[in-house]
Amino acid sequence: MAEVNGSEVLVLVELNPADGTVRKGTLEALTAARALGEVSAVVAGGPGVAAGAREQLAEYGAAKVYAAESPEIDEYLVAPKAEVLAQLVAQVSPAAVVIPSSPEGREVAGRLALKTGSGFLTDVTEIAPDGTATQVIFAGAQIVHSKVTVGTPIYTLRGNSVTPEPAPAAGETVPVEVALSEKAKLTRVVDKVVEQKSNRPELTEASIVVSGGRGVASAENFALIEALADSLGGAVGASRAAVDSGFYPHSFQVGQTGKTVSPQLYIAVGISGAIQHRAGMQTSKTIVAVNKDPEAPIFELADFGVVGDLFQVTPKATELIRARRG
Amino acid sequence: MNIVVLVKQVPDSGTQRSLDPSDNTVARAAADNVINEIDEYAIEEALQVKEAQGGEVTILTVGPASATDAIRKALSMGADRAVHVQDDAIHGSCAIQTSGVLAAALQQLEYDLVLMGATSTDGQVAVMPALLAERLGIPQLSGAQKLTVEGSTVKVERQTDGGFWALEAPLPAIVSTWDTINEPRYPSFKGIMAAKKKPVETKSLADLGVDPSSVGLATATSAVVDVTGRPPKGEGVKVTDEGDGAEKLVGFLAEQKLV
Ligand SMILES: Cc1cc2nc3c(=O)[nH]c(=O)nc-3n(C[C@H](O)[C@H](O)[C@H](O)COP(=O)(O)OP(=O)(O)OC[C@H]3O[C@@H](n4cnc5c(N)ncnc54)[C@H](O)[C@@H]3O)c2cc1C
Ligand SMILES: Nc1ncnc2c1ncn2[C@@H]1O[C@H](COP(=O)(O)O)[C@@H](O)[C@H]1O
Repeated sequence: MAEVNGSEVLVLVELNPADGTVRKGTLEALTAARALGEVSAVVAGGPGVAAGAREQLAEYGAAKVYAAESPEIDEYLVAPKAEVLAQLVAQVSPAAVVIPSSPEGREVAGRLALKTGSGFLTDVTEIAPDGTATQVIFAGAQIVHSKVTVGTPIYTLRGNSVTPEPAPAAGETVPVEVALSEKAKLTRVVDKVVEQKSNRPELTEASIVVSGGRGVASAENFALIEALADSLGGAVGASRAAVDSGFYPHSFQVGQTGKTVSPQLYIAVGISGAIQHRAGMQTSKTIVAVNKDPEAPIFELADFGVVGDLFQVTPKATELIRARRG
Repeated sequence: MNIVVLVKQVPDSGTQRSLDPSDNTVARAAADNVINEIDEYAIEEALQVKEAQGGEVTILTVGPASATDAIRKALSMGADRAVHVQDDAIHGSCAIQTSGVLAAALQQLEYDLVLMGATSTDGQVAVMPALLAERLGIPQLSGAQKLTVEGSTVKVERQTDGGFWALEAPLPAIVSTWDTINEPRYPSFKGIMAAKKKPVETKSLADLGVDPSSVGLATATSAVVDVTGRPPKGEGVKVTDEGDGAEKLVGFLAEQKLV
């Protein structure tokens, strides 16, 4: 395959810890990166991880799959991946680097920017062929177009901003020698503890999210939210008031100090729609709200709102959806 | 144990915020400015470590003159002293440039631990801990829901989806905190009075030995091309439940092919 000089775009791969498959955010990044050139996927992880991901990466457009494998990569926090990417940037002078916008992804992007003397843009929702990126700021109030002005542009892509589209490519495996510096080995990851196992899709990846707020009134009542989410195959979220009241764990909080979600459908149940909550959900494609207060600000952004008691509306809606789905 | 806490002043996230149309930087002058809320958790954590182990808590802020309000709040919670880096040249700096100023200021301080918020509400970049760790060559333990210091080792539970990662590193180190880590104290009357007498040192870029041309809008590593208000959403449908709210809701979802 002919290679245009400088048109290679590196995409850092994130894998699902459970089964080693490629995460949806990475498929989105591969799709978005194609606007900028020929895509190469970078898999950095323990021995053997790249092989399991190669086929899927090729299907989504990776001409090359750089395999940077060493047990040390997962043993230390963030820094090893930034070092591997910096080494590759020096080797192949890519047109850009695209990274899924997870907490780790943003941190890798920042460190990589310093290592390579580049600028970076976080949480972009779109990248144009000329490198201009779109960002939504201030709780969704404004749209900004920005450009990196020095070095190799580095972007982190907000989840669910782009629809992953297959574009089969060669997916040629290229082994990368990993030689980490001492500075990359300062923060040891001693243990990875999973506290809640769930069969629901992950909040930031889900195409449907059902969130409950203070109006849900208790932890037990969150079963109503979970049932509605399950009837739709969606994820469960919560407002900060619901989290602070102990109704649902913090890792499900949507908003400024929680997760940013951008699903096809967001259903807010018993949530008033404070600006800090909107910050995490305002870019959802379709927004539905159930609230007994007709003046609740959430209705300002709802495509469909039901003014009513959530304890009446939610269980009935769940039944109807179940019935439709058979 | 010497602890430096990084505190940022931000426009109140509960109000209408905007970019200054003249240069597309965050409009701070007209805004209602407050301490970045998560930074209060970092301050609280620093005070708890100090109370357990002794030492001194220094607040470090890079920001305009008005940021003294945030500094006073931190001091009235119980921090001992503050360093305020203030220089007109810094206006419009990107995260990378700001990290350079913060790192230079940190290099003039003695610290075992640098504490900071996990994210700021204006930029929401959540990348400052990584940038500073990279610049200073010290460990990064970001996103903490729990912190323990044992001798010269720092241990952190880094909050993740559905759980946490247990992290460990030698001091000196950088730790960023989430709002799950503690419950920040309210400043007492005594604390507020005492804060007025605590030392606040103002430093310029020259004091830090930072080249003014390395900061500010002109040399920022990214540039805003244009800003537009988000197109207002078309008026949505609002129905009042009269026993049929659920039917109508599901009808809407079906119409949109969402179910
Ligand atoms: C710095 C900062 C960061 C923040 N970050 C976040 C964040 O990340 N995420 C977040 O969500 N918030 C955040 N907040 C808090 C935010 O300002 C709001 O306080 C919070 O979102 C309110 O949650 P809520 O809508 O569930 O509760 P409320 O505002 O109390 O609203 C509850 C709603 O439920 C309705 N209701 C009650 N009972 C029923 C019923 N039976 N049926 C139907 N409706 C009912 C009420 O009419 C009301 O509208 C932050 C605040 C600050 C200052
Ligand atoms: N100008 C600044 N002065 C002091 N601390 C800062 C500044 N900018 C960011 N920080 C710290 O870095 C944290 C994360 O910010 P950010 O990476 O911008 O989201 C904040 O919570 C602060 O503790």
